[in-house]
Amino acid sequence: MAKVKFITQTNQIIEVEGTSGSLMELAVENGVVGIDGDCGGVCSCATCHVHVAQTDFEKVGAPDEIESDMLELDDNVSEYSRLSCQIQVSDEIDGMTFTVAN
Amino acid sequence: MKPETTSQIGNFPDAFAQNRKETGIGYMNDQDDPVNMILRLKDLRKAAHNFATFQSGSTPGRIVIPSEVNIRDTRQIPFELDPPTHGPYRALLNPWFKRPLEESYQTKLQAIIDETITDAFSTEKIDVVSQFALPLQSKALTLLLNTSMSNAQTWIDWGTHVFRSESSSLDGDKANILYDYIDAEIEKAIDTPSDSLYSVLLNSEVDGKKMSKEEVKGVMILTFAGGRDTVINAVTNTIAYFSENISDLQRIANEPEIVNRAVEELVRYFAPLTQMGRVATTDATVCEHAIKADSRVSLCWASANRDENVFANANKVDFDRKVNPHVSFGFSHHNCLGATHARQILRQLVLTLANRVKEFEVLSADENIEQLGDFTRKVGFNQLEMRFIAQ
Repeated sequence: MAKVKFITQTNQIIEVEGTSGSLMELAVENGVVGIDGDCGGVCSCATCHVHVAQTDFEKVGAPDEIESDMLELDDNVSEYSRLSCQIQVSDEIDGMTFTVAN
Repeated sequence: MKPETTSQIGNFPDAFAQNRKETGIGYMNDQDDPVNMILRLKDLRKAAHNFATFQSGSTPGRIVIPSEVNIRDTRQIPFELDPPTHGPYRALLNPWFKRPLEESYQTKLQAIIDETITDAFSTEKIDVVSQFALPLQSKALTLLLNTSMSNAQTWIDWGTHVFRSESSSLDGDKANILYDYIDAEIEKAIDTPSDSLYSVLLNSEVDGKKMSKEEVKGVMILTFAGGRDTVINAVTNTIAYFSENISDLQRIANEPEIVNRAVEELVRYFAPLTQMGRVATTDATVCEHAIKADSRVSLCWASANRDENVFANANKVDFDRKVNPHVSFGFSHHNCLGATHARQILRQLVLTLANRVKEFEVLSADENIEQLGDFTRKVGFNQLEMRFIAQ
């Protein structure tokens, strides 16, 4: 079980919890504005871009090459950017806060 | 051409492998306005993102390949605009084109899909292109436009190609059928406002200015033209693939949770639209190749989707491909406005076929082969006769 928070571009805070699947799926299920997940989670659309808190980034891990290439050309990218479709919901991310990038 | 029965109809060869590996660039002439084709995924993405150097807002019709400069003056919106002008139009349109995510939309779409498949079961022989994919695409388009289902028959009667006749890849007279139709529909919407996309656009403002009839026409041409051949190809090719790989369809019946991944993989493999152009605003370089100012490049989605440096076993359809950064719906600012609609059609269609079809018997096939300079690419079918066998 993981309980996480999303902060949208309009500073809405949405607290959700889940046990499996991707962080993108969890956001879409809970109607988090700015997370669309158009491609269903295969790293093709970059519509699920989040910023991980600096203190959590090491634990979440850096993107792999394909994800990095997608992020490189997206808007509002930072050194803590990730595509949430590539982050799995697990105990590892319990308590974390993710800021929606777009 | 008389259709011929063929095997391997579910096979869509990679037409660009040699050039992509050796130089990363292809070349084709098109109505004396040549095109340098960008073949590798990373180069393509960078060019697509770099709107300052590779623009969409050139002469209307010029970024389309084959060029429509000689048959169209109306600028397609927002497709033939660049940032920052592009942004407000796209922002206006995005919510409307996300409506396929709504449950009520999906319920209506399911009724269309169910009816189309039932019709296919009721006949011994069906042309998947003109009697399945075209009616399905046309009826689904009424949902996207929020217009009466009765309009679909008009669009079906236009035939499979709005811009193409049998003798020519570009047919101005045929294109005018669409443009005149849209003009008339805009006038109707002015006289009798409704909840259709026409009326919504006519009542919309961009940057504080009411949209003009010409701008509304530009959006509607894009919606009709951009979503026609592409959806027809995607639907037809999907059925062609499953006709030879029925176990993949049966797998989706057993594991419906993989349908999104399966659709993305099929769309990567088929690339229903081969390429889209841009016009260089200045002298530039792509893959160590000089691009002259005011010349055209193309973003070759079909080639990039088979880039062996990105996709393992790129020529194989693999529903277990979990990371799949294909560009069949474009990339960056101009990613496909209708992608949500197209994905929804394909996801619901594939799931329904998986639950209702036992097998597809192929009777004859006439492949649609594009000649692009020295490249020869199968993009779909002109005709594909089959018998649908129910479970």
